Amino acid sequence: MSEEKSLSGNNHPDRLTELLRLWASRYSQPIENLSADRLVSLIEDFLSEKSGAKGAKRQPGRRWDHEVIERIITPGSTVLDLGCGNGELLERLVKVRGVKGQGVEIDPEKVYDCVARGVSVLQLDLDEGLNGFPDNFFDFVILEETLQTVHQPVKVLSEMLRVGKRGIVSFPNFAYWRVRLELGLGGRMPVLESLPYPWYDTPNIHLCSVDDFMAWAGESQVSIIEGHVLAEGKVRALEEGDNLFAEEALLVVQGNH
Amino acid sequence: MDRSLKSAFDKPGQESRRRAVKGPDHPGSVGWTRAQRIRLLDQGKPFKLEAGGNVDQIDMEYETYGRLSPGKDNVILIVHALSGDAHAAGWDLEAERTGRRWRTRKPGWWDEMIGPGEPLDTNRYYIICSNVLGSCYGTTGPADINPETGRRYGLRFPLVTVGDWVRLQALLLDYLGIERVYAVIGGSLGGQQALEWALAFPGRVENVLVLAASARLSPQGLAFNAVARHAILHDPNFRGGDFYNGPPPAEGLAAARMLGHITYLSDQAMYQKFGRRLQGKSAPEFSFSIEFEVESYLAYQGRSFVERFDANSYLYITRAMDYYDAAQRWGGGDLTAAASRIDSRIMIVSFSSDWLYPPRECKELAMAVCRNGKPVTYVMVPSAYGHDSFLVETEALGRLIHNFLSRRSDL
Repeated sequence: MSEEKSLSGNNHPDRLTELLRLWASRYSQPIENLSADRLVSLIEDFLSEKSGAKGAKRQPGRRWDHEVIERIITPGSTVLDLGCGNGELLERLVKVRGVKGQGVEIDPEKVYDCVARGVSVLQLDLDEGLNGFPDNFFDFVILEETLQTVHQPVKVLSEMLRVGKRGIVSFPNFAYWRVRLELGLGGRMPVLESLPYPWYDTPNIHLCSVDDFMAWAGESQVSIIEGHVLAEGKVRALEEGDNLFAEEALLVVQGNH
Repeated sequence: MDRSLKSAFDKPGQESRRRAVKGPDHPGSVGWTRAQRIRLLDQGKPFKLEAGGNVDQIDMEYETYGRLSPGKDNVILIVHALSGDAHAAGWDLEAERTGRRWRTRKPGWWDEMIGPGEPLDTNRYYIICSNVLGSCYGTTGPADINPETGRRYGLRFPLVTVGDWVRLQALLLDYLGIERVYAVIGGSLGGQQALEWALAFPGRVENVLVLAASARLSPQGLAFNAVARHAILHDPNFRGGDFYNGPPPAEGLAAARMLGHITYLSDQAMYQKFGRRLQGKSAPEFSFSIEFEVESYLAYQGRSFVERFDANSYLYITRAMDYYDAAQRWGGGDLTAAASRIDSRIMIVSFSSDWLYPPRECKELAMAVCRNGKPVTYVMVPSAYGHDSFLVETEALGRLIHNFLSRRSDL
């Protein structure tokens, strides 16, 4: 890789870190506590990584957001899971938290999986809206790793906030530093653990960053009740600067209706 | 083995998604079957029909497959569609004796689904299927003799409803000493009976599977039925329904069936099955005889139906289909209010190209259940086979039914 050569063997390290600082300060708020050394080491990590899916290695098995959602959901509540996939999360919520769960999924194969698990599922297209559901019908509406796959994300979000008292949204953060470097320095569409698909075969059509989502929430009078992230392999509460460090984010939101 | 039977099993499946026909010795077949016929209601205990009138004496034909468990908790009731009968699976041992010759050529109408190791596993479940009132397959209907007059009922038979059918099925279960069934399953008009079970007897059924059916027939469906009945009622041989001593209204009934078959397929299915191909010729003859394959198919369907169905029964059963409206019956027109009665686990399956009970109307039923805060499963199976899909897509449906009935976790 020519970039690798010019960066690692560069003759102007001060100039480079200065530029990176400038970039970071302009596009990643806030950046004050991010030292130039840290930035350089991030880039060095990036350059030394092998090809293939990158990002902090995940433990196989349960997804991080499933565990967080399980903690957030009040026992015995009513839950609608939009894009419930194979029904794993709902099955767990019903068993462990005693919720009354209803799934929604469009992919026929995944719908069959839900039926096999005994999860109640409606095969509906989220982009067609949730017309049949009354306002404030569910205690929680989950939109887990689904927002970026729908044609009309804002419509789906507002429908979620209409039918649910609270919404739980999780999505891959497109401003995660590795994503930025893959595209910004590597010049290729990022393929990482959180974004595992090549450009030509991905369900992700509306990717956004943590800051993008926050901006939308602010403009739409949507409150963020709590936030969680997966950052460098660890699950923790959302912090400032996570627009750069979060691989994936999970936000509990509430509309003001 | 009868030669005609053998050729039937050796013939490979007509549809790519259908398996070859199972012979009576196939390990997945229920084998040879014999229908049961009981006097469900007798004079002195008349059955009052919803639409008024009553039938003094009701015989009911039914078949069973599998074994009833000691706890009587493994019962699945299968409910049939418009032209169906109690012979859901296996090979009729008495087909010749009872004059049901067509049954020597093929097994029961849902044979692919029922049998040892099949989705409706007879090693596990005790399956019951009964014929509906007003039909012509062993349960009392217009072709039978009214014991009061000694004459065939004809159009003097009272109008029957889906509600009547379900109440009679419940009486059959009472007769068999079965209080609660594990599941009621039906497609099309059978799907409406399954739904009616969930609404009328919520405490008696644990799982309900409604296939290719919604809470009521669309105006387009009413229109098709109207044309079908018109053809029968205006056949010169119909003679007010008293045709039993002369030639039957064969042309009218055949036309009704041909129309029916158009509604059971889809535009796409017709392209796939027939296209615009000519029937056994390379150039058109420019005549009104059968030119196209699709014409030949419909003519065959019409002809073979006349051999096995009673024109009066067709009138009665299509009328029952017209009148059924779950919302009206149980919710004063409000489907959500009606669905509040449901206490069973319920799965509704639609088929993408079905224009008789289109997916959006099946979905509407599912949403009405959901709006009551009740868990519901709604699946739309992608298929080109139209309304017929519920009989053709046995692969997808078999998987769904098996999985729904034997879920891993107890949710």
